[in-house]
Amino acid sequence: MSDITKLTAAEALDGLKKKEFTSVELTEAYLHNMENGRKYNAYITECGEKALEQAREADKRYANGTARSLEGLPLGIKDLFCTKDIRTTAASHILDNFIPPYESTVTQHLLDDGAVFLGKLNLDEFAMGGSNETSYFGPVINPWSKDKDLVPGGSSGGSAAAVAAHLCAASTGTDTGGSIREPAAFCGVTGIKPTYGRCSRYGIVAFASSLDQAGPIAQDVRDCALLLNSMAGFDDKDSTSCNLPVPDYTSFLAEDIKGLVIGLPKEYRPEGLNAEVAAYWDKAAEMLKARGAIIKEISLPHTKYALATYYVLAPAEASSNLARYDGIRYGYRADAKGEHLDELYIRSRTEGFGKEVKRRIMIGTYVLSAGYYDAYYLKAQKMRRLIYNDFMEAFKQCDIILTPTSPITAFPIGDESMLQNPINMYLNDVFTVSINLAGLPAMSLPIGLAQNGLPLGMQLIGKPFDEGTIFNVAAKLEADAKFERK
Amino acid sequence: MAEYIIETAKGKWEVVVGLEIHCQIISKSKIFSGASTEFGDDPNTNVSFVDAGMPGMLPVINKECVHQAVKTGLGLNAKINKYSEFSRKNYFYADMPTDYQITQFRYPIVGEGEVKIDLSDGTSKTIGIERMHIEQDAGKSIHDLSPTKSYIDLNRAGVGLMEIVTKPDFRSPEEAGAFLRKLRSILRYLGTCDGNMDEGSMRCDVNVSVRPYGSSELRTRCEMKNVNSVKFVMQAIENEAKRHIEVYENGGTVEQETRQFDPTSGQTKVMRKKEFAHDYRYFPEPDLPPLVLSDEYINGVKAEMIELPDAKKQRFVETMGLTAYDAMVLCENKEIADYFEKAAAGHDAKKVANWMMSDFFAMLNKKRLDISQSPISAENLGRLVELISKEVISGKIAKDVFEIMSETGENPEKIVEEKGLKQVTDSGAIEALVEEVIASNPDNVAAYKNGKTNLAGWFVGQVIKQSQGKANPAMVNKLVKEKLEQ
Repeated sequence: MSDITKLTAAEALDGLKKKEFTSVELTEAYLHNMENGRKYNAYITECGEKALEQAREADKRYANGTARSLEGLPLGIKDLFCTKDIRTTAASHILDNFIPPYESTVTQHLLDDGAVFLGKLNLDEFAMGGSNETSYFGPVINPWSKDKDLVPGGSSGGSAAAVAAHLCAASTGTDTGGSIREPAAFCGVTGIKPTYGRCSRYGIVAFASSLDQAGPIAQDVRDCALLLNSMAGFDDKDSTSCNLPVPDYTSFLAEDIKGLVIGLPKEYRPEGLNAEVAAYWDKAAEMLKARGAIIKEISLPHTKYALATYYVLAPAEASSNLARYDGIRYGYRADAKGEHLDELYIRSRTEGFGKEVKRRIMIGTYVLSAGYYDAYYLKAQKMRRLIYNDFMEAFKQCDIILTPTSPITAFPIGDESMLQNPINMYLNDVFTVSINLAGLPAMSLPIGLAQNGLPLGMQLIGKPFDEGTIFNVAAKLEADAKFERK
Repeated sequence: MAEYIIETAKGKWEVVVGLEIHCQIISKSKIFSGASTEFGDDPNTNVSFVDAGMPGMLPVINKECVHQAVKTGLGLNAKINKYSEFSRKNYFYADMPTDYQITQFRYPIVGEGEVKIDLSDGTSKTIGIERMHIEQDAGKSIHDLSPTKSYIDLNRAGVGLMEIVTKPDFRSPEEAGAFLRKLRSILRYLGTCDGNMDEGSMRCDVNVSVRPYGSSELRTRCEMKNVNSVKFVMQAIENEAKRHIEVYENGGTVEQETRQFDPTSGQTKVMRKKEFAHDYRYFPEPDLPPLVLSDEYINGVKAEMIELPDAKKQRFVETMGLTAYDAMVLCENKEIADYFEKAAAGHDAKKVANWMMSDFFAMLNKKRLDISQSPISAENLGRLVELISKEVISGKIAKDVFEIMSETGENPEKIVEEKGLKQVTDSGAIEALVEEVIASNPDNVAAYKNGKTNLAGWFVGQVIKQSQGKANPAMVNKLVKEKLEQ
């Protein structure tokens, strides 16, 4: 038999259904890859035994005809999702001993549909980063690396790398400013951040509550649809989740795109945009046009303020969300016996958080402070509304928006310019953050390789709760791009 | 009304006071979680993952708490805001697990309102309500169980609170006391808070400043936190005002600060200077959507509103002939007012009120019973009054019957019947007794006839004594006079 870990999730499920192989065999094959692929540092916690137990259960269900939609499919879970009885770290020292007594809603949905969990995937600490270098457990290595170790993107770096290196059939990610799409682009895989409110945030370690959203990272568009079918849905435990029916996303894959209007925002083509990126963008538009779609230039005039807006709002929320990691009830506690309570907080948090997390807590605390609130937080909220309005205006003229996912390809680990000036790192999010600010669904899928042999991603941005159109268009683009996966 | 003026050798001063009252909402579960609100359970037994601030946990608003808040707002004759918003108040403390409190800041659920207070001189005054918002309570820190450790009980963490903020309308300790009693009465009528200041279910912060009598300026105020009885609030105002006056008269300035009231000394001491005031970094709570109430919802709550103490008092005065004072006393507590109405139904309401205000309350007091535990049912008290009205028994006998009722709880009609206490109204029988007394006291008869007419009272007394109190006094009076004049 050929390597079953190279199959897409849909193909693997098909093979399981047809009893070409068992879930135990599939799971063992992935565990084998994980063992051989530890150099990628994609997993923080591996759960081989538990996974095999789940796989055996799945095989029973295939045998007795009670298999569910994802029965026996081995997945990797971003270590930001709380998983019952499995250590959940958010890649932070402050939580490196935390074992949740509860399951996040999204992972519960996956379990309820029969998925097997191989382990918990590496990420930037508290999902704060764009390169997976801020993890307490060390950086993840992009499987596309050749002579130099490259970053996988972030924050869902482990999720994207594990899919690219076949260390799981598919994975979960979360996306606050591009954390699913950027690593998907860097690793040549496909990932979708659904509309804010589509997936429950219950049980996901919060970074920026008004921006965080879970989504799948997978080999292809169909796999993303399969996983999102399971992950999405209203949850009364998350007041920001939306009570709307979840359509079968695979049903959109076969639709055609004739007459669909594809918007290309002119602000996403600034002077100095990487020529290869621009060329692939044009090529993608041509492919869609050739299938009968109408290409239209649109304008999102407030785009240039998106990064600044994001880097005020996300840290503001984070500074408050991360206050609870204080060493009192769980997680890391510094040895501060007999000292003042404040000393316990200061030492636990100083020792427990990494540099980037502290930087963002500081920024967030600053922008919410008396005397600065109006100038930063309030202004950013107003700008957020204008950015949202831009998209709503644009969607009066088009059905979906096409942009590059990232202005660059994966870069080397330890890149000096980015380490010295975090702004250079933040600039990589320029095409992705607006979408979180507006709460829209967006997918990144690989379009081709750059001259340097590294994958480039295209981003499709949909109207609120119209993931369906994204799946439709993405399926066509994927078919035409003929990207060769790892 | 009588003004409260503080006169010193140097001048006249008046006090300006505003109150902030935290009222625990009566609800089965906490305001943002499903944990029980039961008071007095073992420490940390009513704590959900949300209350403990576990990673990824999200608040969900408890509809019951919103309902109670709207009800309370209507009871304060206040504007119900159809749009309100939750905010986070950020500060670190060990009994606040998320290290922020979810409260309402810019947009509270209840706007301006007013409450009428009754003062001892018979006048009344209207106190303005600035706003009322809902928020979560903190847990409790226990510092006195161990010399080296502090303990945290999170049972109270997340219990719903209503914070009522008054306008600075109080000009005397008495007004503040009357307001707290009225507020407690309204809350208890509504069943939205049990108002027990000693148990901490109602907690009062007192803001005090003084100004020269007749001036309209507002001087620097000091806030005294958590003053836990009506008496202490009045005392705190009195002593804090004196302190301010002393400072001003000695040429000093009062500094804005938070002070602590010491119930044993009655004095206040500095807790926190202004420069150490927290910067709470309020911002809108991203985990909860704005609270939007429809007219239909608000009207639904309005339809549930019951008659409140002011309206009841007015009705008791206007339709039942009670004095304003009696009505006020009977209306302060809904159970008492209900008891009264039940007892007065079909009987002489004024007489029922008199009985309640004197013998009945004295009996409850002596037996240390709550009205709900009264041995005498409302119906039986009504029957007793009816027996007096119908002259079946005299007022004097009624006191004996009441005594028996308070021991046995029996129907007064039955007691009167069984003990043969019925008033003798048979003129023949009374006449016989009168004649007997006259016949056996010739000396006094002679004295009477010689002008000592006030001896008539002595004869009446003797006859009633002979009848063992059962002879109708009016008839005895009449017959004694008739016989003596013969």
